[in-house]
Amino acid sequence: MKNSLLHKDGVRAAFAAIVSILIGLAAGSVLVLIMGLTNDTLGLSGALDGMRLIFGGLFATGRNASGGLTFGFNPASMGNMLFRATPLILTGLSVAVAYKTGLFNIGAPGQYLMGTAATLVIALGIPTSVVPAPLLWLLAFVGGVLAGALWGCLPGLLKAFLNINEVLACIMTNWISANLVTWIFDKSQFCNMVENTKTGYIYKTTYGLTRAADGAGVFTDAAGASWTYVDGAGVATGKLGLDKLFPGSQVNGGILIAIVIAVAVYILMTKTTLGYQLKACGANRHAARYAGISDRRNIVLSMAIAGALAGAAASLYYLSGNTEFYWTSAYQSLPAAGFNGIPVALLAANHPIAVIFTGMFMSMLNIVGLQMKNLTAYNEYIADVIVAVIVYLSAFSLVIKLFLGRLPAHKAGAGHVSSGGETPPAQPEKGGEET
Amino acid sequence: MTFLIQQTLLYTVPLMIVALAGVFAERSGIINLALEGIMIFGAFVGVLFVRIVQPLEVFAAAKAAGDWVTLQGLELLAMLVSAALGAIFSLLLSFASVNLRADQTIGGTALNLLAPALVLFLIRILAGQNTLLIDGDAASWFMLKNSLFGMGRTEKGGFLWETFVNKSYIATYVCILIFAVLSVLLYKTRFGLRLRSCGENPQAADSLGINVYRMRYAGTTISGALAGLGGFVYALTTANCASTGDVAGFGFLALAVMIFGNWKPLNIAGASLLFGLFKCVAASYTSLDVNGDGVFLLAELGVSPHLYRMLPYLITLIVLAFTSKRSRAPKAEGIPYDKGQR
Repeated sequence: MKNSLLHKDGVRAAFAAIVSILIGLAAGSVLVLIMGLTNDTLGLSGALDGMRLIFGGLFATGRNASGGLTFGFNPASMGNMLFRATPLILTGLSVAVAYKTGLFNIGAPGQYLMGTAATLVIALGIPTSVVPAPLLWLLAFVGGVLAGALWGCLPGLLKAFLNINEVLACIMTNWISANLVTWIFDKSQFCNMVENTKTGYIYKTTYGLTRAADGAGVFTDAAGASWTYVDGAGVATGKLGLDKLFPGSQVNGGILIAIVIAVAVYILMTKTTLGYQLKACGANRHAARYAGISDRRNIVLSMAIAGALAGAAASLYYLSGNTEFYWTSAYQSLPAAGFNGIPVALLAANHPIAVIFTGMFMSMLNIVGLQMKNLTAYNEYIADVIVAVIVYLSAFSLVIKLFLGRLPAHKAGAGHVSSGGETPPAQPEKGGEET
Repeated sequence: MTFLIQQTLLYTVPLMIVALAGVFAERSGIINLALEGIMIFGAFVGVLFVRIVQPLEVFAAAKAAGDWVTLQGLELLAMLVSAALGAIFSLLLSFASVNLRADQTIGGTALNLLAPALVLFLIRILAGQNTLLIDGDAASWFMLKNSLFGMGRTEKGGFLWETFVNKSYIATYVCILIFAVLSVLLYKTRFGLRLRSCGENPQAADSLGINVYRMRYAGTTISGALAGLGGFVYALTTANCASTGDVAGFGFLALAVMIFGNWKPLNIAGASLLFGLFKCVAASYTSLDVNGDGVFLLAELGVSPHLYRMLPYLITLIVLAFTSKRSRAPKAEGIPYDKGQR
């Protein structure tokens, strides 16, 4: 019975997501309008500009001579959207996989940080004169993935064997990793000493470890040899012609890798025995054990996969060659990239293919925020407000779904009605406006 | 020793009060993952309130005249405001999870996303920077000092006086009092028993005429008020009364303390004391003189500061590894109550 409804269910889920998105954008506009009307420096014209940017920020090209906003195809924004979508898609997948198996992976920030550290240490610790650049890139990527997987295992093991709540274990391991990563980079050779204007940054991966004349390098190894870092001697993800398509942006091949991984995760979860076992454990741990599936093994495995995906997100982000890791305050705040996987996954209803699109949508909102900051007196946080409203609405997407599908649900969806009870669903639009 | 106790209290009290916030929500059957978000919101509202009323003649004159009683009144007023707004903010969670039967984890996550975004959006417009400050520093406005009680510059009180009155905040003691009162409320009153029954077996509670929806609203609203209050107290005592859209993960730590304390107030007080102690060691191990002989023992051990910072989290995990077998969450938490179900 479920199978016949599956198709309809997917359509309804997409509808619910679109309704949530529209309400979210509307709520953002209302906030912008209220702030514009109550604040003299912003004014009504500023508020109207802001509202136009919320809906069309991706296509904003700047202001013309008379000060009006201009819109058109903006290759830099478009390319940067794809670039920023890369880690979002992967952390979104991380959260989605765990959610499908009944676990809430709030540990993505920690796994992301461990992936960052492993990738950077490998990419910056091995000279390209020893290991050829493509191989080193691969090593760094695999290293990041493995580090994330190992870190994801930890809460999984704690949950499977010691019955420690995975949310709690994830929170603790997040902060442990934040301190660990700071410790790894503190006073290490990886802190940028070549560019004098930079303090607290790790080198970009395009900087390669290079032998220097005695005493001329930035650090000396245990054998007494002097080393320095040279820009261009390191590794970076290939552009694959995407930079020609979107000139002026940071886009690279990472987005394609992310999409391939998303498809692979989809196949893993829907077409393989392992995926079936993972989902069975998520649906009912005890029933799965009764059916002969090792629930402990699957909990650990699920967290390891989730961790690997978060680690891959960090790897691809930092291997892009134009991103720098700011490590000095890493122990005080967890990377937002990890937490942002949660809304990406929720909006996609934890479907791996849908994650590709919601990841892109979230990064588009990110660009909208930047354009708001650049072109108006508002700031980039409006994008986060919109995301939050959308996630809030997606919490009761079930109600929206029921509301949308009321007419057909009466006849076909007996299962839906029984779980929904007799009470008619409250108007979801109303709930959205209140935020 | 005085320094150690004072610093530990500063970290312990916000944790304790916010963990109790978690207890009230979960005992009524609602998982309140939004503690962090509500704290951020409460801190913002409290700081904004202080910032707005500071220039009023009453308080400006009181500050100029050194009338500390009025200023303490201002502090209490700000605490009340942040608690009230925290409660209102938490209504978003109760509405979604009680009326709409939404997934509580997602609802809480949404609030955690919403609070910092909204707060930073407003701070940037109001203050033009990422931090909302009050006029002057928190210590000169609100801290209790010897000089306020007519003591001379070099004059010192006894050990207890120096530890618990000098350089302390009244907010700390108000929070401890609230903690005690609410713990009694939860365990020794009819209301508390009814609230707890809704988190264990709402169907049975309903059959006895208890309004489960109303009880869950009550639990979450009390939870929101406490978390908002805790957020402001955190900002006041450890962050110089500034709001930055961030409470350094204290809300999540409080959640951990709650689970660690097995959803029981007394255990929670102990757990937050342990956690606060290690937080304090991590923050100030370089100037920690435990036995008063002028030697900073912990700094001279030569252990990396990063290890000290990691300790609170490591210890929690280790202790949990031994105690988690006895861990018992409220039975019906996280499950939306459906009258028709049995």
